[in-house]
Amino acid sequence: MTTVEDRELLKLPEAEPRNIEDRLRGLVRWEGGLVILFVASLFYGASTSPYFMSIQTFFFAGLNFGEIAIMALPMTFIIITGEIDLSVASMLGLSASILGYLFMHGWSIWAAMAICLVVGIVGGALNGFLITRLGLPSIAVTIGTLTLYRGIALIVLSTNTATGFPSWTTNLSLPIGGTHIAYDFAIFVVMAIIFGVVLHMTPFGRSLFAIGLQQETAFFSGVRVKRIKFLLYVLSGFICAFAGILYTFQQASSASDTGTGLELNVVAIALFGGVSIFGGRGTIFGVFLAVCIFGSLQASLTDANVSAQAQTIVTGVLLLISVLVPNARDGFSRVRSQVRRRRVRGAT
Amino acid sequence: MAKDTEDGVGTEPRGVSPEEQPLLRVDHVAKSFGPVKALIDGSVDLYRGESHALLGENGAGKSTLVKILAGVYQPDAGHVLLDGVPINLASPAAARDAGISIIYQEPTLFPDLSVAENIFMGRQPLRTGRRIDRGEMNSHSKDVFTRLGVPLNPSRLARGLSVADQQIVEIAKAISFNAQIIVMDEPTAALTEVEVSRLFDVMKNLREQGTAVMFISHRLGEVFEACQRVTVMRDGRFVNTSRIEDTDIDTIIRSMVGRDVSSMYAENTTVPGENVLEVEHLTREGVFTDVTFNVRAGEIVALAGLVGAGRTEVARGIFGIDKVDAGTVKVGGKKLAHGSPLAAMAAGIGFVPEDRRQQGLVMDMAIDRNMALASVGSLSHFGLIRKASERSLASEWAARLQLKFGRLSNNASTLSGGNQQKVVLGKWLARKPRLLIIDEPTRGIDIGTKAEVHRLLSELVAQGVAVLMISSELPEVLGMADRILVLHEGRLAAEFSRGEADEANIMRAATGQLKKSAA
Ligand SMILES: Nc1ncnc2c1ncn2[C@@H]1O[C@H](COP(=O)(O)OP(=O)(O)OP(=O)(O)O)[C@@H](O)[C@H]1O
Ligand SMILES: [Mg+2]
Repeated sequence: MTTVEDRELLKLPEAEPRNIEDRLRGLVRWEGGLVILFVASLFYGASTSPYFMSIQTFFFAGLNFGEIAIMALPMTFIIITGEIDLSVASMLGLSASILGYLFMHGWSIWAAMAICLVVGIVGGALNGFLITRLGLPSIAVTIGTLTLYRGIALIVLSTNTATGFPSWTTNLSLPIGGTHIAYDFAIFVVMAIIFGVVLHMTPFGRSLFAIGLQQETAFFSGVRVKRIKFLLYVLSGFICAFAGILYTFQQASSASDTGTGLELNVVAIALFGGVSIFGGRGTIFGVFLAVCIFGSLQASLTDANVSAQAQTIVTGVLLLISVLVPNARDGFSRVRSQVRRRRVRGAT
Repeated sequence: MAKDTEDGVGTEPRGVSPEEQPLLRVDHVAKSFGPVKALIDGSVDLYRGESHALLGENGAGKSTLVKILAGVYQPDAGHVLLDGVPINLASPAAARDAGISIIYQEPTLFPDLSVAENIFMGRQPLRTGRRIDRGEMNSHSKDVFTRLGVPLNPSRLARGLSVADQQIVEIAKAISFNAQIIVMDEPTAALTEVEVSRLFDVMKNLREQGTAVMFISHRLGEVFEACQRVTVMRDGRFVNTSRIEDTDIDTIIRSMVGRDVSSMYAENTTVPGENVLEVEHLTREGVFTDVTFNVRAGEIVALAGLVGAGRTEVARGIFGIDKVDAGTVKVGGKKLAHGSPLAAMAAGIGFVPEDRRQQGLVMDMAIDRNMALASVGSLSHFGLIRKASERSLASEWAARLQLKFGRLSNNASTLSGGNQQKVVLGKWLARKPRLLIIDEPTRGIDIGTKAEVHRLLSELVAQGVAVLMISSELPEVLGMADRILVLHEGRLAAEFSRGEADEANIMRAATGQLKKSAA
């Protein structure tokens, strides 16, 4: 008779190779689907326009898109902890407005940018304070600050449009010298790598998942839940302010309504990238792929002269898919196992 | 194999009433989850009017068998027969219609409905005009409670009922569904002794009314108190069924574990060293008051007391889960910042909390990540987690704690209850704490592992670790602790050394009949 110890020792060595296999299977599921979709969207783009495949077009897609993609990174962190930040686009708008206002009033561009970033930190800290210290639900708080920050932007810049920024800033809308890569897309890629390493390879990233899955256990394991959430909102505010600066430079102008409504695209990209709205699940790689798909679809739809309004329909449909497919998959396997069972029963 | 395999009905006198055919027969059922064979050959017969214990180590497949009876899982093979007729338990509703009711360890009532409404959930008696007939519902419920011999008020809200009372409500619900078979999966794990004996009275009443009760517990003493027959399972297989008077604890343990279990408690011979933990005048308004004690290196100190005396709360206060209002906690002579688990951990405290599902584990996270959750910092190199170290930490502790699992990358939720507890233990032991606070260390753990956990604790103290233990099991407290502190209504009521303590004087102190001698 084997003893308990024997059995357990025998079992151990199997655990490791399967682990990898497991992981691959997990990746294949959602991210694999995204890769296929990305390739499909490239083919579609190529079929609509002969110029599409010239890399230039593709990376110029970054033009309208880089800011959304950048904001999706902190959003991913926040959604993984089971919270949300809907004030991101308003923060972008506020930052753009303040930049425009200060610049028009004779500030140096550098000083104006610094102020914008500080405002982003303060705005994020306000979100974080209300959510972690007062314990208010993040969806309510950030809907509130969505309106608040946009309101402040309106007061700052009123109906004016700020223009006349230094030429080096507007050059940012051109590709990086000698390449076909837009600046904001390059910035996004660098940031995505950093965010990916932090999320998937550091104790901090691990604690985000723990918080999203079981907050109390995380707290009992020494994770400073409130501080981490607070920091995430500060980070989000900072990065959205940064995105506001980039956006202004890309457009060579800023107005108080800059970026209105973009928060939904940001959330859509995170969810489409496989981040679970319930928290605790998601990868930066998935979000990266989602960005590529949205970007290339947008480029090809624009190429094909599809109106901006119609393009939002595409966003909506993709968002629905990202919510429906995981559920449908569960439902499908449930139905399948029922059918199989019924068949077995019929046989006996 | 001890089990007869004839399919004939009533040919083998196995039951309390040999001429009868079993009310319920579970016949060679099997269930796998992917590669994990949770249940390979589960068989058990239940007769009318018997309490039947289902025993086995953690992960033996007991709960899986129960879930098949509950209609939650569909067996891959085998049958369930009711009165000799195969039945199909396709869903929980089908199980209920077949007269099978399950009582889980932690019932899930609707807190904002009354007790009676909970009992009649979904099938309230209606008056003309389709209004719910409250009077009818309440009087029905009252009848059921009378039959059970428990005076519960049917019109009170379920919120605030003790776990024990919630179980009674579930049993009442089962009876009002005319359940003939009531299955209880570790119902006593979270109950006090008084509540356990009340539950046993209820079981006796049920039996006398012809209900068959299946009872799962890791406390073998209870089984001898409350059951007529026992079925033992091991590694997903039926081992044997015997009448309680034909067997004894040692025989049962041997068939459960497949070997002899050495003594449950190892005497701690370590000479205590310096103070590791000093708690001074610790107070949390309305919860505990002026609690002062110390724990030395190489010593096991137990906090005893009734449920609600504030034992867990004191532990939480020390570890920084809750903010305290007054007093200090010192570890190794250094004052600890209040309200910071991280500071407590940095000072070398580990805390195995009472509720493993909510506080101990991230259920939807992989086993290895759970094991490493409190240690990821020290497993990192230049800020990056070294996955290899993480995995080897997990497999080392899985082996040392004899964890039964499919793969380390499976979620903790796929583990059986006792194995989940082992993961929580491993998670803290892996940090090599100076002081281990451990709240109900062996709740839901099988007898073999329990001895193993006790041996492990003894080993720890021999290495100079200080242990502060909270346990509702008096034998465990008496067997393990070098000193026993008894809390009564948030105050230290007595302190006993190993020699002085016995069940009687602990209970006297816990119920407030003994004032602290030093005071
Ligand atoms: N959904 C699941 N997926 C994978 N494995 C599972 C699942 N459910 C149970 N198992 C495995 O099946 C085995 C039997 O589990 P089960 O819960 O029936 O044990 P048990 O006898 O009730 O143990 P305990 O006394 O600890 O509660 C365990 O090894 C467990 O890990
Ligand atoms: Mg179980």
